[in-house]
Amino acid sequence: MNFTNGKELLELCEKHNKTIYEVCIEREIELTGKTREEIMDRMKHSLEIMKKAIKKSITEDIKSVGGLIGGEAKKIRNRLATTNKSVCGYLMSKAISAAMGVLEVNASMGLIVAAPTAGSCGILPAGIITVAEEYGLTDEDMLNAIFSGAAIGAIITRNATVAGAEGGCQAETGAAAAMAAAGVVEMMGGTPRQAIHAAATTLKNIMGLVCDPIAGLVEAPCQKRNAIGVANALISAEMALAGVESIVPFDEVVEAMYKVGKTLPMELRETALGGVAATCTGCNLTKKIFG
Amino acid sequence: MKDYSVFDVVGPNMIGPSSSHTAGAARLGRMAAKIAGDNVKKVRFLLHGSFAETYKGHGTDKALVGGILGFSPEDDRIKTSFDIANERGVEFEFIPIDLGDDKHPNTVKIVMNTEDGRTVEVMGASIGGGNIKVTEINGLEIEFTGAYPTLIVKQWDVPGAAAHITNCVAKNNINIAFMSIYREQRGNEAFTIIEADDHIDTNVIKDIKANDKLIQDAFIIEGF
Repeated sequence: MNFTNGKELLELCEKHNKTIYEVCIEREIELTGKTREEIMDRMKHSLEIMKKAIKKSITEDIKSVGGLIGGEAKKIRNRLATTNKSVCGYLMSKAISAAMGVLEVNASMGLIVAAPTAGSCGILPAGIITVAEEYGLTDEDMLNAIFSGAAIGAIITRNATVAGAEGGCQAETGAAAAMAAAGVVEMMGGTPRQAIHAAATTLKNIMGLVCDPIAGLVEAPCQKRNAIGVANALISAEMALAGVESIVPFDEVVEAMYKVGKTLPMELRETALGGVAATCTGCNLTKKIFG
Repeated sequence: MKDYSVFDVVGPNMIGPSSSHTAGAARLGRMAAKIAGDNVKKVRFLLHGSFAETYKGHGTDKALVGGILGFSPEDDRIKTSFDIANERGVEFEFIPIDLGDDKHPNTVKIVMNTEDGRTVEVMGASIGGGNIKVTEINGLEIEFTGAYPTLIVKQWDVPGAAAHITNCVAKNNINIAFMSIYREQRGNEAFTIIEADDHIDTNVIKDIKANDKLIQDAFIIEGF
């Protein structure tokens, strides 16, 4: 049940009439020799960590190690609780709050699940948990959605990269968002084909995004890039569920993203030498933090 | 190209903010303490490259100390590891240093003094995604990652040592995935590192150590 790209994954799903998460779980059993129960239990533990991080970000006072972020997730939830004029609507606002919140927990030395990286750890939990809560879905649905997303993440890791230092933010938060999009599509009853198109659309939407963390810390602009990441995932999932397909197939988009990543200058790949990190404000903050 | 497990993609579970600078650092600290025999009294961290530049902002320092105290990358006591080390009377110090151009940018040399008066040096690098490799023990260049259950034996460089070790391994039904022997000088101390596919039972340690003419020490690294 192994697959190395999106085309093979879709062929497996259609041939065996299975979902992406089902194929992904069976592949994991074959790959590791572990039982289904062991694999599900381990992922349940990860899901609990994700839920706790979201909760922590809106119930506790958080300050990041570098001092650049903390408390923003709560602000968004507070506005949502006191206004009937949310610009993005309840679900989207809650999702961006969750994505930012998990990143805040990460930046304050709290417990998170790298998905696929620590710098993009807010996107997958925010997308899947927020949508599941909104529509009364179960823990099992959320777990399955994580496996759907993991299949997409495994393909991107294998055929391109998910490291900001190698491919920029498009690779890091882009991969996380593509994973979230595919997970949400299957969780909402979409087909494997739709899930893969959602992942392709997501990656296309942020192609070229650079990695430019102020002071080299996983704080700013990472936190807001997690917010835009989950928004991108939900927008792409909405399109795919409506039958809107990516004109360029997923595997070609992954390849294009990788090529773009490799052509990014070193300054724009996590070195804190370009982008917003190299602005006057960015440089001043770096001096303030590291002396 | 590798087939990635879902837990390589969704994971590790870790204390933030950085898999390489925090989770990997905690793993390196824990690995070093394990190699030293888990009774570290005093420790100096020589930080190289990106570790030297940004260790404060990434909590690399707290993660390294947490690791020395035996905390895993997902243990939230990492955040307060300095206080816990002080309570336990473990002294620690950080020294930014240039260990040489050939070293990985996230390299640390960990110099430990143990309660029983030994000095143990472990050098390693955090190579991305929370993964690590150990590159030196007591100045001897070696290499292993801790990704597999690993058996480390410190032996004398004499005929029969390797045969004794592999006999014990076979007797305990351990399938060897990778095996290497390292030594600096003929007739001096040497290390055998065996990485296995499955859990290594502690009985093998007893069997290996039973021959103290050949063997100085043996221990298992598992669950990293």
